[in-house]
Amino acid sequence: MRSLARQREVWLLAAIILLVAIIATRFPAFARPGNLLSVFNDTSILIILALGQMAVILTRSIDLSMASNLAFTGMAVAMTNAAFPAIPVVLLILMALAIGAALGAFNGLLVWKLGIPPIVVTLGTLTVFRGATFVLSGGAWVNADQMSQGFIGLPRIVFLGLPMLSWFAIATIALFYLLMTRTALGRSIHAAGINPVASVYAGIDVGRTKFLAFCLSGMVAGLCGYLWISRYVIASVEVANGYELTIVAACVIGGISIAGGIGSVAGAVLGALFLGIIGSALPVINISPFWQLAISGGAIILAVVLNARGERRQGRIILKRAEA
Amino acid sequence: MSDIAETRRHIPDRLDSPFKSALFSWETLLVLVAVAIFIINSIASPYFLNAWSLSDLTFNFTEKGLIALAMALLIISGEIDLSVAAIIALASTVMGMALQAGADTPMLVTIGIGTGLLCGAFNGMLVTRLGLPSIVVTIGTMSLFRGIAYIVLGDEAYKGYPESLAFFGQGYVGWVISFELVLFLAAALVFWFLLHRTSFGRTVFAIGNNPVASAFSGVRVERVKFILFCLTGLMSGIAAVLITSRLGSTRPSIAQGYELEVITMVVLGGVNILGGAGSILGVVLAAVIMGLVTFGLGLMNVPGIVMSISIGLLLITVIALPIIFNRIKERRA
Repeated sequence: MRSLARQREVWLLAAIILLVAIIATRFPAFARPGNLLSVFNDTSILIILALGQMAVILTRSIDLSMASNLAFTGMAVAMTNAAFPAIPVVLLILMALAIGAALGAFNGLLVWKLGIPPIVVTLGTLTVFRGATFVLSGGAWVNADQMSQGFIGLPRIVFLGLPMLSWFAIATIALFYLLMTRTALGRSIHAAGINPVASVYAGIDVGRTKFLAFCLSGMVAGLCGYLWISRYVIASVEVANGYELTIVAACVIGGISIAGGIGSVAGAVLGALFLGIIGSALPVINISPFWQLAISGGAIILAVVLNARGERRQGRIILKRAEA
Repeated sequence: MSDIAETRRHIPDRLDSPFKSALFSWETLLVLVAVAIFIINSIASPYFLNAWSLSDLTFNFTEKGLIALAMALLIISGEIDLSVAAIIALASTVMGMALQAGADTPMLVTIGIGTGLLCGAFNGMLVTRLGLPSIVVTIGTMSLFRGIAYIVLGDEAYKGYPESLAFFGQGYVGWVISFELVLFLAAALVFWFLLHRTSFGRTVFAIGNNPVASAFSGVRVERVKFILFCLTGLMSGIAAVLITSRLGSTRPSIAQGYELEVITMVVLGGVNILGGAGSILGVVLAAVIMGLVTFGLGLMNVPGIVMSISIGLLLITVIALPIIFNRIKERRA
């Protein structure tokens, strides 16, 4: 099973290299390292969000409220920054992590303690968090001139040739890799998704594991709230509207099974990169950006078809075959 | 005979325990909520209790409600369709293309509904032939269908639909009773009959409760699911005709975000998101409640975003309350 999973990420990597190669035939400069690094930088936020979503999907749940959480947390830190410019950015980032995690914990508690299906809970909080953003800001925007230089500048500071935004993504990838492969929580997250019943017998608290996964996804959504606002230098209620399904799409392309248990950090990163490359390549090779949605839709369907073929071989689907 | 009738009515009731084992049935709860919101609206706004404003209210839920009827069956069978709003966008775009080619009103309506049906069939094929999870397939087709609408239209819009098309989304059948409302109620009756009074409806519940057992008892699970996806596509096509007619134009961003509202309606209506339980009456009541909430808040000049927060809170509270009550009852016992 591990070799199969690994194989899927290899295939996805090959598909990405092929994609870049095809783009390079139309526009060679796209494949230059400098440009690829800037594509990575542009995709950083989606990568971080996809990692949080991955943890949730692995436990057989889904978090549709991430984009709304991002908007709320972003608005909260932007308003704090506008009101008290003296507060250091590091504290604001900690604040973003805390607010995001609290919103995630709210989802997690409803799933854990009341047993409401995650899709219902996060469908509700999707609108509630976005509405709360409006209530918080009164519908007003926080503009560039209201934010402090340190607040806006941090993601753009270049360190070892890469902007801090990229470093945030790299650090998150590293942390998630350690978390998923080297900690008890990572094992529990996988186990709770593969076989919840067996996990309970193995002494894993499945509900608590789901709760922690939601806290995690909320925390990264909060972090991205700060990153998004400081990168695009505007905080409004509309920030990242409709982005929740893009995040799920990145996970799906990355081979993370919506049925839980199967998926890896590399998959989530590659899935997000795949969408990021399509997004940044289209204008460069003179295809109208209006094609972007249809192309990502086609890519998602193709990825699912290929993934399903891989999963079917694993024997989890034994029962499913009886349906046909 | 009476035994069979008894078990028939009982099976879905027993299996949706977290949602229905409250003090009273889910539908009663929804009626109470609806009446409460109706009273609040009447007190809060002097413009609410008036035949024309109550008629306007129905436009808030009829289009989404039509889709919710079919979506309810699909969710009861254990599947989901996130692409319904994108189907509306694509069907409306194809109607616009037909308009450019000189199609008349009957032709436009046929093309709109036909496109919806085809999109639904495409979803159904992907899910049943390839055995893929529907939530993922329809996230893909959601982008694909709306993406095609964007490719065709870009930032343009189709306008200049014939006068006769306007009847579907703006017309009245008698005095203040809109064509949309009549269509919604008629469709609700048809779907109620289909789900609660036919063997097809029984198989939908059976599949949602246990697909494997259903397959072994001779139910053609994949075929039923395919039909349900076609039905959802069909209803989205009908909704596309209504919306296009009401707005008199097509933009690729038409009906953005409707999919989540439709699913909220279905879940609020007491349909178990995991499949196997639900009723058409519940969905109709939930549609009316959502119409009441958005319209009432609109009359009180509450911004749109606060309407969505209210619907989100309503969804969570209405679902969480019976569970909390049950917990308290269990603890006392």
